[in-house]
Amino acid sequence: MKEEKPGWKKLAKADVLPAGTAESFETGDWRSDRPTWHPERCIQCLICWISCPDTSILVKDSKMTGIDLKHCKGCGICARECPVKPEKAITMSSERECKL
Amino acid sequence: MAKDVAKTGNEAMAEAMRQINPDVVAAYPITPATEVVMIFAKYVADGLVSTEYVAVESEHSAMSACVGASAAGGRVMTGTSSQGLVYMFEILPIAAALRLPIVMCEVNRAISGPINIHCDHSDTMAARDFGWIQIFSENSQEAYDSLIQAIRIAEDPRVSLPTMVTTDGFIISHCLDRITILEDSEVQDFIGKSRKAEVELLNVDKPVSIGAIDLQDYYFEHRVQIAEAIKNSKKVIQEVADEFAKKFGRQYGFIEEYKLADADVAIVALGSTCGTAKVVIDELRSKGVKAGMLKIRLFRPFPAEEIIKALSNVKALAILDRSDTWSGQGGHVFTEIRSAMYEVKNKPKMINYIYGLGGREITKEHLHQVFADLGKIDSKPLYNYLGVRE
Repeated sequence: MKEEKPGWKKLAKADVLPAGTAESFETGDWRSDRPTWHPERCIQCLICWISCPDTSILVKDSKMTGIDLKHCKGCGICARECPVKPEKAITMSSERECKL
Repeated sequence: MAKDVAKTGNEAMAEAMRQINPDVVAAYPITPATEVVMIFAKYVADGLVSTEYVAVESEHSAMSACVGASAAGGRVMTGTSSQGLVYMFEILPIAAALRLPIVMCEVNRAISGPINIHCDHSDTMAARDFGWIQIFSENSQEAYDSLIQAIRIAEDPRVSLPTMVTTDGFIISHCLDRITILEDSEVQDFIGKSRKAEVELLNVDKPVSIGAIDLQDYYFEHRVQIAEAIKNSKKVIQEVADEFAKKFGRQYGFIEEYKLADADVAIVALGSTCGTAKVVIDELRSKGVKAGMLKIRLFRPFPAEEIIKALSNVKALAILDRSDTWSGQGGHVFTEIRSAMYEVKNKPKMINYIYGLGGREITKEHLHQVFADLGKIDSKPLYNYLGVRE
């Protein structure tokens, strides 16, 4: 169904929107690298959560529960900062490979 | 009771600001507008107003702070000139698009370069396309009165647009003039104690996003809303002027006609030059020349209908521009009026004079020359520079 968009007469003045609408807008669709969380290796230090510039590390009851791929831009900071050794709890892979 | 006082244009604007007592003023000093905010800053320091004064590091920041404070629901004012106004350009259209009723004291000054601190209208004219209402003043009294009216105009929900009231640098801003000022309570009663904002960014009970990205599917509609609002502002501007006249006795319109009704030859001008022109017209009238003037007070929105009507009986018209569009087709006022006149059947013959750039003085003799030229308009070029050396 075609979305009905209001004309200028009905549209709210000055583009005033309800707060928090960015949550429903997918901004992660141009990501070229995707993070993958490996819960079996995760030590729950939450350094990824502190480091993420896009609040895309999902946390529930003080525990890391996953990654919000709708908003993650694939910057890789979480994987870079993850202190788990020898293998990190977050790894990056090419989005192209993930989709194939 | 109103009282008569001696005030420069800058002092008059600062006095109006004190009486308005805005919630926030964010400003950066620049000649010749410095005094407006400098005097006002003293009022803040002396506790005469309850304003939050934000001393910023640039005009870009000044206008940005004004946008934030106005979006938060405050009554917000600033003042600037020339390069300062140009430095605000990035934020000026945002203030209009967010429909924020910021009121600015703008002192007309040439823009660099070469660097020059004196009067012309290049700065304000360059800002004409940003969705701000623009009101020009002939003297300190008009600046004072218009600034008070500007608060009402800008904040009217039918308008919700930023407004600048201008004076001419040094000619008005620094010259002492006898003006009549109102009582503080009269000003407060006229403008209303505080702004009634439709949206308040700081209202945590009703959180909103302001200034979100607005792409192909909505931007155009929002721009049309601005166009409609500024068109509709004419009604509000006249209503506010009429109420001001009823209460305080000084009547303003979009334009002022000076001995224009039966004039054969006339000039169009803005700002302080109109005062000089009135003297010249009186001299010509005493010699039997049917001379007149159309003064434009409101430049944005452009009062085309009223101008066409006022000029309907004029045979030869000189349009004076204190700025150039660099188009090779005359100044800002000329191109507007010529465009407005296109459909008019019996229109006056029109020529353009660009004058007074960088504070070059315009004398009675210059204006006498313009009126003499109008007597032989067919032999004159369409575009002329007045008072420049060849």
